[in-house]
Amino acid sequence: MEHANATPAWVLIAYLVSGICFILALRGLSSPVSSRRGNQFGMFGMTLAVVTTLIHYAPRMPTPVVGPAPFNIEAILLIAAAIGIGAVIGIVTARRIAMTAMPQLVAAFHSLVGMAAVLVGAAAFLNPLAFGIAEANGLIHISSRIEMGLGVAIGAITFSGSVIAFLKLNGNMSGKPIMLPLRHVINLGTLAGIVGLTAYFTQDQSQWVFWTIVGLSFAIGFLLIIPIGGADMPVVVSMLNSYSGWAAAAMGFTLHNSAMIITGALVGSSGAILSYIMCRAMNRSFISVIAGGFGGGDAGATEGAVAIDRPWKRGSAEDAAFLMKQAELVIVAPGYGMAVAQAQHAVREMAELLEKEGVEVKFAIHPVAGRMPGHMNVLLAEANVPYDDIFELEDINAEFSRADVAFVIGANDVTNPAAKTDKSSPIYGMPVLDVEKAKTVLFVKRSMGGVGYAGVDNELFYRDNTMMLLADAKKMVEEIVKAMGSGH
Amino acid sequence: MDFISILSIFVLSCFVGYFVVWSVTPALHTPLMAVTNAISSVIIVGALIAAAATGAPGAKWLGLAAVVMASVNIFGGFAVTQRMLAMYKKKER
Repeated sequence: MEHANATPAWVLIAYLVSGICFILALRGLSSPVSSRRGNQFGMFGMTLAVVTTLIHYAPRMPTPVVGPAPFNIEAILLIAAAIGIGAVIGIVTARRIAMTAMPQLVAAFHSLVGMAAVLVGAAAFLNPLAFGIAEANGLIHISSRIEMGLGVAIGAITFSGSVIAFLKLNGNMSGKPIMLPLRHVINLGTLAGIVGLTAYFTQDQSQWVFWTIVGLSFAIGFLLIIPIGGADMPVVVSMLNSYSGWAAAAMGFTLHNSAMIITGALVGSSGAILSYIMCRAMNRSFISVIAGGFGGGDAGATEGAVAIDRPWKRGSAEDAAFLMKQAELVIVAPGYGMAVAQAQHAVREMAELLEKEGVEVKFAIHPVAGRMPGHMNVLLAEANVPYDDIFELEDINAEFSRADVAFVIGANDVTNPAAKTDKSSPIYGMPVLDVEKAKTVLFVKRSMGGVGYAGVDNELFYRDNTMMLLADAKKMVEEIVKAMGSGH
Repeated sequence: MDFISILSIFVLSCFVGYFVVWSVTPALHTPLMAVTNAISSVIIVGALIAAAATGAPGAKWLGLAAVVMASVNIFGGFAVTQRMLAMYKKKER
């Protein structure tokens, strides 16, 4: 009874095997070919972890005087029902969700991991003996209290932060940063409060200490994300991905569970690497993203109004069709705007027509195109664009100089040459697609008025080799497809 | 398990994670996030222990609620990953 944590070896080995399966699941993602089998490894690992836990910890009735304790059928049914409810909600959501809405879905899923960590931490706090982390008199081990405090804190931050990220991505809340006065003081004070209370928790295992840590952590998660603007959302989603991993790892420390620790560490480092890649792709430091305030949309509004008087060239769908059919190499640079206009299917049709004419078509993806890492790749895959036609920034940038046409659709900031030349630009230093090096740039845009997410005007519009195609992205591409068909 | 063995597992797993994730192709970063989401719900193990334990009814219900949330994530995460991965196609030539 005192040593519920004297876990048998077969259970530990089963957890180790599921940890290895999770590593293989991530490893599989090194190429689309191996990825599907990787996902199966992941599912197998999870099943193994759940079944092992269910067998070893199956609920039983109080131990009778003689013989083994019978199973507690009612408790088993409750657990089965809980898993069943979750399975139905999860599978239905996964089937129905539109690919454009993936960032919101991922944010919502992160919030669930965070909340589950808080609930498990609270359950361990209320019933520490069941987890083998307390003396027989109910006093929780000192080290477990620290781990528990940190675990619920990270879980709560993940939850409330992800809820805000979800609301911003889903459009329920404005993408504009919300700047509270003295927010750095408030944030640091709250963080200090959480750390201090966790230290105090080792001395006093009272209810109020535990729940205050939980409450403050919910508050800080909320406070940390509200000042972060829409442009930085790819970083935020990656960061919360990382937090959800650390939350699982911290709970693994609390409960001495190797499956949770291995997985938590994998997910934590994965999210951290993605955040780093996103920050690098925007030339922003992690600290400046966390500090918030970027991408409000008002920073460059006045400059944009001045710049609009500069001369620019307008083209028609027929011009575009003609230019591209004469080309040898066309590079399409899509952005999230293409997906919003639902133009990806028309773009694929255009690419197929061009290839029939003997034109080579490639797609160039900037790491922050879309609302989360790799988002554009999924959207193009959904539109049946083969993945071997799609190239990352560093692999394709050298090819723009030999391209006859760069076709920019729904992307803006990630093509702005000012990032390379204009030191005063807010996006200076950000790696961009070298579209201006192509012989002709066709830029599909709704109107000349709007600016990109970063709120800066794009110098590309006024270049001699740029032709603006002003229309709804989907309509414009459909017209180009029509013009190509009738051109014979 | 003592703290040092747990810490060793944790640190080594961080290194494994670091190297494995850098080898993930950028084209699959969205499925990577979806699948990491699913596997981080291995926290369901803790939820199941709480839900199965006797002694504190409050803890049991918290555990059951956590089981529901983690399974939404597990089933949803793996299903949506599978759905995305099925869309990646090679060029037919």
